[in-house]
Amino acid sequence: MFIDYYKVLGVDKNASQKDIKSAYRKLARKYHPDLNPNNPEAKKNFQQINEAHEVLSDPVKRKKYDQYGKDWQHSEEFERTQTQYRHQYQQQYDHSGRGRGFPGMEDEGEFSDFFESLFGGGFRGKRNSRVKFRGEDYTAELHLTLKDAYYTHKKELDVNGKKIRITIPAGIENGQTIKITGHGGPGMNGGPNGDLFIRFTIENDQHFKRLNSDLYTNVELDLYTAVLGGEIIIETLDGRIKLQVKPETQNGSKIKLKGKGFPVYKSKDQFGDLYVTYSVKIPEDLSEREKSLFRELSDLNSKRAGK
Amino acid sequence: MKREHYIVAAEFCTGHNIEMAFLYSLNENGIIILEKADDNICITEDQLPDLERIVRFHFELGINLEGIEIIINLLKQAEKMQDEIIMLRNRLSFYESSER
Repeated sequence: MFIDYYKVLGVDKNASQKDIKSAYRKLARKYHPDLNPNNPEAKKNFQQINEAHEVLSDPVKRKKYDQYGKDWQHSEEFERTQTQYRHQYQQQYDHSGRGRGFPGMEDEGEFSDFFESLFGGGFRGKRNSRVKFRGEDYTAELHLTLKDAYYTHKKELDVNGKKIRITIPAGIENGQTIKITGHGGPGMNGGPNGDLFIRFTIENDQHFKRLNSDLYTNVELDLYTAVLGGEIIIETLDGRIKLQVKPETQNGSKIKLKGKGFPVYKSKDQFGDLYVTYSVKIPEDLSEREKSLFRELSDLNSKRAGK
Repeated sequence: MKREHYIVAAEFCTGHNIEMAFLYSLNENGIIILEKADDNICITEDQLPDLERIVRFHFELGINLEGIEIIINLLKQAEKMQDEIIMLRNRLSFYESSER
């Protein structure tokens, strides 16, 4: 798709280099990734602005864009000039020392198909030269089940083709980000590597709901145990446990099992609580004998209540 | 005790093609802390990400030191608010799923 770089920067076709620079700076201040962390929309806008600036601030590229831009799909016509141009560009790049555009943003080196068709894809790899000292920070997202997040465990990740083993501490929260120091992009000019930031998404669990370090679950209780009390076995994230049910337990009543909840992040041997809500199940498909006994109970109850 | 990793300030400046004077003015304004280690002026490694961001703000977006200080403070506030939003979203999702 044709991209109107003049429109992207909000300048007219006769804009001077000063106008272009000023428009670019104004928009860059608005959409710069350092000012809009975790905002993919701003990142996209910034890529476009950078690309527009890349073309319009360079007289050679600008001329070519003005001449052929709208006919970009007939790229074969430009083939002859591409090789020469790429060589020229790389020389400029390597000698400039500082490169162009903005570092500090992963993937911002990606150009649109339009740009690549018009100017070739040879610039892509070169963009990393904008790292000047400390390497780029990488970001990744990791999905865990609630059970995964319950235990401290090791996981092997593939970061840009390199395998790294990380330890995920028990009790990590949904949306939490952890930093793995030194596992980002390589540093340059003696600078240290960047860091790897991993954002965790904890999937909802069918049986347990989590609020901070507390867990909540529903347990179905048969009518007889609810009325007479007894022993039941329930599932926790750490295995099965025995539970004493008090006689005359009401439907919807809640009990707290201290220390049977979720581990507290980075606090050894500290756990939240598990709240169990009882759902009393009314028996179905009663036999005549059972119905008759229930009627008897009902009569007794009426008499006791003086009905 | 946490062991500090030091970066020689002059090497940082060479890597970024900037003058040492810029780091001194950041130090004077309390934006970064320069330290002396083995007769070298150094910065601790944990300040590097912020410092590189400051360099970009100043040299590529043309923002002056006062503006940078304000931006850094606002970004820290925004970060805190983001954490609070995540916490509140988790809480909201708990109550929403409990209603079902």
